Amino acid sequence: MGDVYKALADPTRRAILDELRDRAGQTLFELCTRLLGKGFTSSRQAISQHLAVLEDAGLVVIRREGRYIFIDLDTSPLQQIYERWGIGPCASDT
Amino acid sequence: MGHRAVRIGHMSIFVDDQEKALAFYTGVLGFVKKTDFPAGEHRWLTVVSPEEPGGVELVLEPDEHPAAASFKQALVADGIPFTVFGVKDVRAEFERLRALGVTFTQEPLTMGPMTTAVFDDTCGNLLQIAAQEA
Repeated sequence: MGDVYKALADPTRRAILDELRDRAGQTLFELCTRLLGKGFTSSRQAISQHLAVLEDAGLVVIRREGRYIFIDLDTSPLQQIYERWGIGPCASDT
Repeated sequence: MGHRAVRIGHMSIFVDDQEKALAFYTGVLGFVKKTDFPAGEHRWLTVVSPEEPGGVELVLEPDEHPAAASFKQALVADGIPFTVFGVKDVRAEFERLRALGVTFTQEPLTMGPMTTAVFDDTCGNLLQIAAQEA
């Protein structure tokens, strides 16, 4: 399992997580379109490499469904940040 | 005007089955058949938009070339549409096509002035519908 902190240490990778939170089950095409719209000019190959880092850290799940490939967000590796520093839920979350 | 500019008369899309493609592009998408005559073991088969019968003809071309299958599969895997069709209202068209059983790999997405959606043409391609907001 890759390092969650390293995976989060890049603005493009954080933007990928933002977009996947907005809608689950995106194709690489949709994700690239969204990132372009947000001003990220990385190539599709670069986005694929960022996705590999995020997948290795468990933050995204890449699933094949027939001939399609969809990308999902998985926030469960972030739980360790809450646990490690004893951060409670925000009042707004309850 | 002594010189006529070059124009786009046809554009081709590789389909795995011409009869199935004709049924989808006319019966589901709403294009109309323009030309259909035998060409070897296949057909020269084109459709046009009912709004522009003299406009660009879409050629439903057999995807027999050995490279065509891997090309199409690679685009579909990454969710990349082969081409884009214009519609007035992407959300309305999305609802209409979905009700007809069409599979979407990207539901309507608005980025700036453009709204797009991506669906499967059942013949091995993804297609995008797009509209610019007024």
